[in-house]
Parts: sequence; C-alpha cells; structure tokens
Amino acid sequence: MRESHEVKPETKPFQDLAKWATKAPEGEKLISTAYGDKVTKDLQFVDNEPGVHKPDPILVADHVTRKFGGMTAVDVEHFEIERHGITALIGPNGAGKTTLFNLMTGFDTPNTGEWRFDGRDMAHMQPEKVARMGMVRTFQLTKVMSRLTVLDNMLLSAPVQPGEGMFRSLIPGLWKKQEQANIDKAEALLERFLLINKKDDFAGSLSGGQRKLLEMARALMRDPKLVMLDEPMAGVNPALKQSLLDHIMSLREEGTTVLFVEHDINMVRHIADWVTVMAEGKIVAEGQPKSVMNDPAVIDAYLGAHANIDLGDDSVLDLKESEEH
Amino acid sequence: MDFLTIISDTLGELIAPTTAAYVLAAIGLNIHFGMTGLMNMGQAGFMLLGAYGFAVTQSMGANLFASVCAAIALAVIYALLLGIPTLKLGPDYLAMVTLAAAEIIRIVGRSTAMTKITGGSAGISPQDFTTQFEGTSPLPNGATTFLLWTYNNNIANSWWLRIVAWVLVAVAALLCWRWFHSPWGRVLKGIREDENAIRSLGKNVTTYKMQALILGGIFGALGGIIFVLPRSVQPDSLGRAVTFYTWTILLLGGAATIFGPILGSCLLWVLLTFVKELMRGAIPDTVISSNQVESLGWVIVGVALMCLVIFRPQGLLGDRKELAFDA
Repeated sequence: MRESHEVKPETKPFQDLAKWATKAPEGEKLISTAYGDKVTKDLQFVDNEPGVHKPDPILVADHVTRKFGGMTAVDVEHFEIERHGITALIGPNGAGKTTLFNLMTGFDTPNTGEWRFDGRDMAHMQPEKVARMGMVRTFQLTKVMSRLTVLDNMLLSAPVQPGEGMFRSLIPGLWKKQEQANIDKAEALLERFLLINKKDDFAGSLSGGQRKLLEMARALMRDPKLVMLDEPMAGVNPALKQSLLDHIMSLREEGTTVLFVEHDINMVRHIADWVTVMAEGKIVAEGQPKSVMNDPAVIDAYLGAHANIDLGDDSVLDLKESEEH
Repeated sequence: MDFLTIISDTLGELIAPTTAAYVLAAIGLNIHFGMTGLMNMGQAGFMLLGAYGFAVTQSMGANLFASVCAAIALAVIYALLLGIPTLKLGPDYLAMVTLAAAEIIRIVGRSTAMTKITGGSAGISPQDFTTQFEGTSPLPNGATTFLLWTYNNNIANSWWLRIVAWVLVAVAALLCWRWFHSPWGRVLKGIREDENAIRSLGKNVTTYKMQALILGGIFGALGGIIFVLPRSVQPDSLGRAVTFYTWTILLLGGAATIFGPILGSCLLWVLLTFVKELMRGAIPDTVISSNQVESLGWVIVGVALMCLVIFRPQGLLGDRKELAFDA
C-alpha cells in the first residue's frame, strides 16, 4: 500500500451531488480535495517530456503500435496515467487518440505492445473483461440502446446484477432488491445529468448532447477505477458543462481516475492535472496544462495562435488586429 | 355453400395442434430475433431436429420423458454447433448460415443413407411414435363434441394433443413474459440495440447470444414435436417454407411482444383456411380448380401481409414508437 491511500477522504453519500444539477448550492463545496492536492503535488516534480515516468501510475503502456495497411495510426513508445489524476489527451484530428482508446479497452487489437492496468496485464483482453476490471469508456459517436428506456440504459451498466442469469431471472425474489438499489443509484445519476425527466423515454428520442450525457452517466454507473471519456463535452450547453466539470472533479475525490479526449481547451485548462499531446500516432508533448499550452510546437500543430482568445469577443480581435498592423 | 362448415373448419384452426406448434416455433424465434436481434432463418431446422429426436427415440422404445429430453438435447447441441462459429458474424451472415444449416438437416434426414434411422424421405409413420403419447391420455376413448368441433379424444389429431399443445404454449408464454421483464431480457435487448455498447459495459455478449440461441431452439424443438404428432415425421414438411411461415407469424403478431406469436399464428391459419374454404364454396370448380384454390389462398394472404407490413410494420401488437429510431 502506498502512502496515497491513507489520505482517502471521508466517504459521504454520492447522492449529495445530485442537488448540484446546474451549480453548487451556496456554501457547498467538494467533499474534499485530498486526492486533487496530492496529484498536484506529485506531478509538480515530474518532467514535462513525452513518455515520462510518473510517481503512481494506474495505466502503463509500452511500445503500442497499430497499423492500418501502410498507415501507422498509433505508435506510442511509453505512456502512463497518474492514479487519481485527471489526464487530458489532446491532438489534431486523426492523431490516433480514439484508436489508442480502442486499443486500451480491447475494442481493437494492436500490432505490438503491452500495457498494465493497476498492475495487471491487459493486452489481448476482451472488452467486457476490461470493463469488469474497472476501466470503462465512452464512445465518440455515442452508442445508446435506442429502443430501451433511458433508465434501462443506465441499469444495464450496473455492476451487480443477480438477475442477469438466465435461470435466476425467472425468480424475481432473487434480484428485486438489488434491482431497486440499482434503480435508486441510476436515478441519482440521471438527476445529476439533467436526464431524470427523460428516464422513461426511449433513449433513441434523446438529442445528440443528451446522448453524450447518458453515455457518461452510464459509464459512471459502474463505479469505474479509470473512466475514459471520448469528447464528453461535445454538444453540451455551457451551464451544464460547468456542472459536469465539477462532477468530474468530485469523481476524483471518490477515487476515480479520469482520462479524456477533448477539443475544448478551456475545459482542459480548467480541470486537467496533466496534458498529453498526440500527433500522427505519437505522443509529442506531455506536461502540466500551463507549460504544454505554451509549448510553441503544440501551439503550431494544434492550438493555433488564437487559442487564448475568445473568438466571440470582437474587441479583443480588433485589438489584436491593430497590434499586427 | 354450407356456412356452418366453413365457420367450424375455420375456427377449428384456432385450437389446432399445428397452430400451437407454430406458436411455439414463433416464440422461439421471438427470443432469437425479437429480443436478441439474431436473424435465425432456420427455425425449421430446430423443429425438424426436435421431431426426429422425439420420434426416433420413441420408435426405439424410449419412454416419453426421455424422448422429449432427447429432442431438447439435440436442439441444444445443434444450437451450440451453430453458434460457436457464427455468433460473431453480423446478422446477415447469421441468416445465411442458419438457412443453410436447416437445409443440411433436412437433406441429411431424407437421404437414403439414413433410412434405417429417420426413414429417409418417407419419414416415420405415426404408429411408430405416437402410441405412447396417446397412451398417457386420461380421457376416455371415443370422440367428443365441444361447441362446434368434434375430434377423437386420444388418437391422432385429438383433444388430448390439443390440451397438451396449448398448455405448453401457455407455459412458454408465461416463461417468456418473465424473461422479457427481467434483467436478463434487458441484456438481450441491449445486444439487439448495440453489441459494442453492451461489451463496453462488461457483459459477455457471446454467452448471452448463445443462451438466447439455445433457448429459442428448445422452443422450436418442442414446436416440432407438436407439429409431427397429428401427422407423420416428413422431412420435407419441415422445410424452408415452415421457417418463412414462422417469420410471417412473428412479424404479423409483432416481434418483441409476448402475445404476438400466439395472435399471429391463430390469425394466419384462420385467415388462410377461411379464404380457401370460401373460394371452394363460392367459386365453381370449372373456373378455379381446387388445386388452384390452394395456391390462390396463399396469394391472397400474401397480399394481405404485404399491406400489413407496409401500413403497420410493427405488427398487430407492436409499439410503433419503437420503429421511430432505426439506429
């Protein structure tokens, strides 16, 4: 056991967060910031260079390559994710971020490479086993079960399901109690994700943004150790986005590690402890958000010169233009 | 034209053992297709195997319970053999494989090499396998008239067979209702919607699909037993056409509903008999011969089904809302 496990915050019921639907009520804060503080402290001394070793990694990948015909989609020499950290994976379109997700979660098979999750070898593992180990992902193109209700979509993800055996399912007495517990948990999450009014609608009737939310809520239903979110905030309105960011930070305090792909730089800056930049299948830069965002190579390849400017703010743009002339 | 005969013949189809046999087969197909999304185009294969498993062991002198178990065991083995290589395939490929596999069973069954066991293309005649079943009947010998219908109590197309068949249907429907509304059924429906999403939630999709294939196959095999009891085991009477009738019944009643298979089967056979009997009675033999009536009956029912699929694609009991999102 490492020292880090001793700073575990006192556990409070998860449902508390449901009341925060759009913003935290007056005077209420995260239960604790112990894990966040620890990760910040630990990562302070880590060098900002690609493939660097981290103090307490939950996922360690080595020599992972994936070729599609002649094209190398992923070629990652060494990659670590810090436990309890919130790691952002950014990079231009086609950089191999989603392919890396697919490889790590067993949905795709690498040409070479191995990786360990929480000390266990994960290469060549079936996706369902990966999920059962506590590594749960969402999809960039959402996958919701259209002709099931929103609540059923959530319940499918519950980890403890005695009623999912073919014979046991015939005797409701064996699973009714657990089912009710799962329903309560699902409803608390749906409330948090502003989907509670939709719980009895078919998931196919949800909008694109709502499907993103449902998928994220569904992933959290499993209490994952590592949750991998593929563009979780694409198509989510700003107020809700803010609240979900709070939620992601609170997840960490419950012991979850987060890895996400996102193109929204403000979000990355706001919540990420660590940023990994991919381009053409390789990890080209890594480090604290501030230092990575100021890396000229990253700015040129991905962010663009106007990354720090709100493009909706005309006065800033005018100022910028007058400076240039 | 004798209306009373037409009506009693037509309504007789409502409780006919063959109707019940198709209900059982359609309930099995409903588990495959309606719940899990497996395109099984070979339900007749399960039925034929069930029929052979029952009739062959009966003719060898096994007891009734052992014969039913043999039929079920054959269906389970067939489902396993079929499922292991094919369940990873997409729905269209699974359809091809199941269709071909059912044909293999029929052709092997009717081949001369198998004459000693299956009777070849002549099949197994009723006196070889129905006596034990008829012997279990608690009813007295003779015939009974109930409402419009008169049937023998115990022999061949009997009241006893009707009672057993429909009790079996009731039990199957009850089990299905339980399964449909359980977490197990929810996983199957999830697989129907999106396999990869279910994988990402930690479920072993192949196991669930295999369970569904086996379970639906068992209902198919039971349907096969009921199907052959009032007649004889004839490999060619359980060919592709039976699979397509079963699909028609399922889509007519509504896939993924509990009562869809029952309503679909009753309606199809009642309608078909009614149309045929009416044409025989109303149209003189010189205009349309009775052979032609047989075919024309199917044509008319076919057109009616086309209209149904166009105007009510979810089937009679289905929920139209479910069709709104074809993801």
